[in-house]
Amino acid sequence: MSDSMLSLSLEINGQRRVLEVEPRVTLLDALREHLGLTGTKKGCDQGQCGACTVHVDGQRVLACLTLAAQVEGRAVATIEGLGERALHPVQAAFLENDAFQCGYCTPGQIMSAVACIREGHAGSDDEIREYMSGNLCRCGAYPNIVAAIRQAAEASR
Amino acid sequence: MRNFNYLRAQTVDEAQRAAAQAGAMLLAGGTTLLDLAKCGVTAPETVVDITHLQGLDTIAYDNGGVTIGALAKMSTVAADRGIRDRYSAVSEALWQAASAQLRNMATIGGNLMQRTRCPYFRDPASFSACNKRNPGSGCAAIGGVTRNHAILGTSDTCIATNPGDLAVALVALDAEVILGARRVPADDFFLLPGATPEREHAIEPGEIITAIRIPESSTARNSTYLKVRDRQSYEFAAASAAVAMDLDADGLTVRDIRVALGGVATKPWRAHAVEAALKGKKLSREAIDQAAALATEGAVVQGDNRYKLALAPRVVARAIINLKLRGIA
Repeated sequence: MSDSMLSLSLEINGQRRVLEVEPRVTLLDALREHLGLTGTKKGCDQGQCGACTVHVDGQRVLACLTLAAQVEGRAVATIEGLGERALHPVQAAFLENDAFQCGYCTPGQIMSAVACIREGHAGSDDEIREYMSGNLCRCGAYPNIVAAIRQAAEASR
Repeated sequence: MRNFNYLRAQTVDEAQRAAAQAGAMLLAGGTTLLDLAKCGVTAPETVVDITHLQGLDTIAYDNGGVTIGALAKMSTVAADRGIRDRYSAVSEALWQAASAQLRNMATIGGNLMQRTRCPYFRDPASFSACNKRNPGSGCAAIGGVTRNHAILGTSDTCIATNPGDLAVALVALDAEVILGARRVPADDFFLLPGATPEREHAIEPGEIITAIRIPESSTARNSTYLKVRDRQSYEFAAASAAVAMDLDADGLTVRDIRVALGGVATKPWRAHAVEAALKGKKLSREAIDQAAALATEGAVVQGDNRYKLALAPRVVARAIINLKLRGIA
């Protein structure tokens, strides 16, 4: 309907990125299709799987249900910004615990887990399961995901 | 998702004016609007982004209660100390809803405006008949797969369940929805489908939810929200209950009680009959079960959702027992 394009200036992983998009473009599509940041995955594209989890102003959110235009003036962090020089402790814990099989949900799991630990919601296996319930893993690597998060949470205390 | 114009409102007045235009829709957390736009259920011409409005996300306490700004996030309200202590059913309803990510996005005002999860409503490509989407087109759910459809408050045009958790707690706690200058009791804000299932809320074009007001009470302080579902987390209620209760000094006689149900009705369902049956009575397993059985008075079962007839009273009874065991009053 509208053919007007939006000129957006976004802060992604601490860098200023300028792009022109249709108003309907989600943050997820902006990252993947316009900015070449394909670490954030598109699973269901309907807010049900958590594969597209990113941080906006430090809070974990779903990029598929966020418009790119909405995050102007906010700080966006993606998996690419997490361990640029060395592995983030949560990434290392996922490796060590073999917390994935196909790996497709992993960037979302890790972004969610980093926030989960920061929020103080990783105090027990039950609490981790409850507060990670928005990230589905169709391979069923849940026991190892929980173990990785527990290990990273204990190391951060 | 069809394209639209994007307008970022800077003031509430500007947002109200823009929202009054035909084809305009407000965007707050986006978790309902963008989802339904992708499903093809809704196709706004203009999206009015209100997430950059200032001052609408505060939680303010006074002597009479609490006023929660419409743009406060679900996660913020759920974790708020005062909400947890004085309005525990609200906190419990919020943290058991959706997922951590969605709770960081979705706002309190938007939460009240969420649409039904009826799969026939959500799938226009497969099911053209939906009186809620397209008035007069019929109801594909009636006679269809109805496991998660309502047994209370239905009509012959619509049996879609209201999916809310927060709304159930608000209806139990006699909250009000503040629409700028106008206040509507939460119970009246949600409309029965009747012959007009397309009209779900008592809000007019151009009106915006600016806040929610919850009165302070001894019942609100002793309140809980119990949600039973097909999986433990990140799922809508098969049946839920918000119960707020105050007991006499004997710790057994019900001085006051409020009960509302979720997951079983076309709107958040206040169960006055359950309340009346327990008020002034001494709590016993028998008294609780007899009162809870009244929760489904007037229910109309579709077939697949028959289990809710048994489940809903049990959830109400369990919520009352949980509150009692918590050692209130």
